[in-house]
Amino acid sequence: MPEALFWTFSSLSIISAIFVILNVRNAVNSALSLVVCMLSLAVLFVLLNAEFIGVLQVMVYAGAIVVLFLFVVMLLNLRGGRMGSEGQPLLKVLSVLITLGATAKLASLLAQPARPWPDLPDGFGTVEQVGRVFYTDYMLAFQVAGVLLLAGIVGAVMLAKRSID
Amino acid sequence: MGLWHYQIVAGILFMLGVLGVLTRRNMIVMFMCIELMLNAANLSLVAFSRAWGNLDGQIFAFMVIVVAAVEVAVGLAIMISLVRNRDTINIEDVSLLKW
Repeated sequence: MPEALFWTFSSLSIISAIFVILNVRNAVNSALSLVVCMLSLAVLFVLLNAEFIGVLQVMVYAGAIVVLFLFVVMLLNLRGGRMGSEGQPLLKVLSVLITLGATAKLASLLAQPARPWPDLPDGFGTVEQVGRVFYTDYMLAFQVAGVLLLAGIVGAVMLAKRSID
Repeated sequence: MGLWHYQIVAGILFMLGVLGVLTRRNMIVMFMCIELMLNAANLSLVAFSRAWGNLDGQIFAFMVIVVAAVEVAVGLAIMISLVRNRDTINIEDVSLLKW
């Protein structure tokens, strides 16, 4: 059962990632493909015993980030000429070749003999365990993340404001 | 499914993100491809965390999610003010600082 889930959702994530790139006409379709990719990655996280990260993936990526993308695409309402050209075929062929080469190199590096997964302690990856690590070993990083989020909110509001008083 | 299966999926997703940033000229789609790369890194971190039975990788993935959320909020605000001032979202039209 986990094997079937792995193959289904990893291929789904890769196919939807390809659709994100290939969709030239409409950015909304790219955003919807991105949702599919994020959700299938969330399933992979749950398969890897990272339930908390999987839930966060659904809430933050599929729930907030992609909605923000869709909101901006519809707010700007860019169509036709204002989207600009997607020209430069030579650059595109070159990028495809470079990416294929890098992927082949990466796959050859990663083609190692399989090793079994270790046994996990009880409750690995649950909110309780991740929270325990967060509030003890990574307390400073957690608080810095809060400050970063605050700075991001203030910066986004200031940048998107029509006029600065 | 072993660790390397997950790592290869993460590598393919990362390379698709790189390909999107290199080929597309629409800034919103380029942003989506950056998100794709961050997600691939997350998958890699979580898979290694599972392989070593250590929760630190999941903490890193959490931090990556936080940074991605902030980055998207600020980046899309920049894009809104860009469209307001220059009426374009093509990366080729915003090349004043290009060498």
